[in-house]
Amino acid sequence: MYHKYDVVVVGGGGAGLMAALQLARVPGIRTAVVSKLYPSRSHTGAAQGGIGAALGNHEEDHWEWHMFDTVKGGDYLTDQDAAEIMCHNAVETVYELEHLGLPFSRTPQGKIDQRRFGGHTRNFGEGPVRRSCFAADRTGHMILQTLYQQCIKHEVEFFSEFQVLDLILNDGVCCGVVALNVRDGELHTFHAKAVMLATGGYGRAWKITSNALASTGDGVAIAYRQGIPLEDMEMYQFHPTGEYKLGILISEACRGEGGMLLNDKGKRFMERYAPTLLDLAPRDMISRCIYQEIKEGRGINGQDYVHLDLRHLGREVIESKLPDQADFIRVYLGIDPVTELVPTQPTAHYAMGGIPTDLDGRVTVDERNTPLPGLYAAGECACVSVHGANRLGTNSLVDIVVFGRRAGKDMAEFVAHNELVPLPPKPDAYASAQVKELLGRTEGESVADIRTELQAEMMDKVSVIRSEETLCHAQAKVQELKERYSRAAIQDRQSWFNTELTEALELGYLLDISETVIAGALARKESRGGHYREDYPDRDDKRFLRHTLIYNRGEGIQVAYKPVKITRFEPMERKY
Amino acid sequence: MEVTCRVRRYNPTTDEKPYYATYTVEVESTDRVLDVLNEIKWHHDGTLTYRRSCAHGVCGSDAMRINGRNRLACKTLVKEVGDRITVEPMMGFEVVRDLVVDLDSFFEKYKSVKPYLINDDPPPAGERLQSPEERELYDDTTKCILCGACTTACPSFWGNREFVGPAALVNAHRFIFDSRDKGLDQRVGAVGSREGVWRCRTIFNCTDACPRGIKVTKAMEDVKRKLLYD
Repeated sequence: MYHKYDVVVVGGGGAGLMAALQLARVPGIRTAVVSKLYPSRSHTGAAQGGIGAALGNHEEDHWEWHMFDTVKGGDYLTDQDAAEIMCHNAVETVYELEHLGLPFSRTPQGKIDQRRFGGHTRNFGEGPVRRSCFAADRTGHMILQTLYQQCIKHEVEFFSEFQVLDLILNDGVCCGVVALNVRDGELHTFHAKAVMLATGGYGRAWKITSNALASTGDGVAIAYRQGIPLEDMEMYQFHPTGEYKLGILISEACRGEGGMLLNDKGKRFMERYAPTLLDLAPRDMISRCIYQEIKEGRGINGQDYVHLDLRHLGREVIESKLPDQADFIRVYLGIDPVTELVPTQPTAHYAMGGIPTDLDGRVTVDERNTPLPGLYAAGECACVSVHGANRLGTNSLVDIVVFGRRAGKDMAEFVAHNELVPLPPKPDAYASAQVKELLGRTEGESVADIRTELQAEMMDKVSVIRSEETLCHAQAKVQELKERYSRAAIQDRQSWFNTELTEALELGYLLDISETVIAGALARKESRGGHYREDYPDRDDKRFLRHTLIYNRGEGIQVAYKPVKITRFEPMERKY
Repeated sequence: MEVTCRVRRYNPTTDEKPYYATYTVEVESTDRVLDVLNEIKWHHDGTLTYRRSCAHGVCGSDAMRINGRNRLACKTLVKEVGDRITVEPMMGFEVVRDLVVDLDSFFEKYKSVKPYLINDDPPPAGERLQSPEERELYDDTTKCILCGACTTACPSFWGNREFVGPAALVNAHRFIFDSRDKGLDQRVGAVGSREGVWRCRTIFNCTDACPRGIKVTKAMEDVKRKLLYD
């Protein structure tokens, strides 16, 4: 089926909905949101602790301090022009969300309540500051709901449960996407002046992850297949506190409210590693410290986890400020955080890297930041890069609303000044062949087995601690799995709501993404932020204060680099 | 442990009528019912069809009937329901395939109560003020994840599919009791009509079914009182 729109947004999470909302407010622009889930199921809804903005509702705060923390938190790989825009715009954007109806928790004076969060400091690192604006511990849920509600109010058109399969490019211009209607298996061609990818992250490449089953990096992989480079893919964040063995996130808000990490000796081990910020040091550091404690035999009972202690917070704080956390812990671990210690381990959480964009969400395709006309990206799938080598807590929500909004506004301008580019012949040929092949293959290995092996390999070899040896092993393994995937078969041959087919397509995306993560990690022979190389334990600004670009050039992977934008803050040693 | 899972299956494009398929799988007692379904799909029968995403009770994709009760498969552990599990789609919506039901009418009803802040006053430069006490009035109903468990557990809805249903009313409550909202008059049409809140017979099935622990029946009673006495 053929559709014509001014803009097609792929993905119905925070970034996509924020962009769609900007467009919906402009009369005459027709926008469609194409999403593989109902928008209210998007993973933005799983974000918990808050959205960072220097409102100063409790104590002095400035967006410049927020920017400094973001840059330092990103281990100086952050593009500072982007961080400046984000932290500056965060303030008005949070107020805008409040005006749209977001039910923030409130101070006794009726203002938006704020709490401490990892890596957020006053006066350039002096001590923790209350910057995270929150709605209990379901801030992402409330952002997603509020934006979805506003999109309903503004009559945005949704195509829910449509799996995106391909981008349509014609002579270097993006003019649409191809998507599969999961319900009946029909392919739809969306012809548009502008396309925005807002498809989220890819935590499902790892075995232990906080991410939804739907977080398979679809948009990122599709862009990569079309020859668009991917930026800083080696920068993947492991959140320190996932529920042991399950990976379900226990929010940093727990530590923001005063929770502590303890080793087998019952000792608050972060005192040793980050004497100023302690348990509110950035995530990359804490995850590494947990691995170090485990390696030195101080994991609980010698095993691969530590404890999160919330007992001293008391029942009232836990029930009123962290109700969902308490619920997750009770349901899935079967323990009560009011009286018991919570077993936690690092969990694959967030992609700092992704599809390179400029400050207005325009996708760029080379080392000189040349935009690809008509293609935009924002949110976790994109790399602006505001998070650099490590994202601070609360900044993912800031990123999606600030850059989703900027992309939306820029697209409104773009479609007003540009004509619809004609579709190339047979725009759905690739997508159609892919689906036919998967539905047609009668014999082959199971997709689930290949996925399980991929996730185990990525967890074992490409997680918190890496080396040439582990990465080369993973590289060979992923090549082997890709080869096996090309011969894998599914049992379900129906076109009607075939979720085995969509799972198989998603595995294809995960394999491509894993390949780029490994390539980036092998090329970056230094340690920075979330990327730690045992064989190169130090940061090397001379050689690697630059962004990695991974290209799919048909004949193989090619690595290139582009400079980091440094404006206000010169790189310094990163201590907390 | 070994678990026997009976699943009500139906593909309207190929099956004359629904049937039950039985699978025996090996899982841990601490696994979720969603893990049981995944185990079946990934290692026994790839054609089994259900929705899922976050797998920890916040996205609302996998609401279904588990041993006769509406629950989220990802928030129900095997040890809670035992080694004989019957899984069926939610009741009252058309089945698309197996455990997947057609939610179009559900979302249409949600939209009918105007589930968004209505306030045309120009906003201040900063935030609108709201006291913690004012916010507390609607805190409970902000938790809704639109999973559909409440509406499809409601006998009033089973009897009359025109009933707007508890999920939509929970979301109406969320705005009606928000001190910043001025849209009650615009919502009265849908909320106060014959097919609105007055179809609620305070059976409490919705409250039992809600995976987010929302006091759904109470919210509807709040709305009734607001319409009667304000």
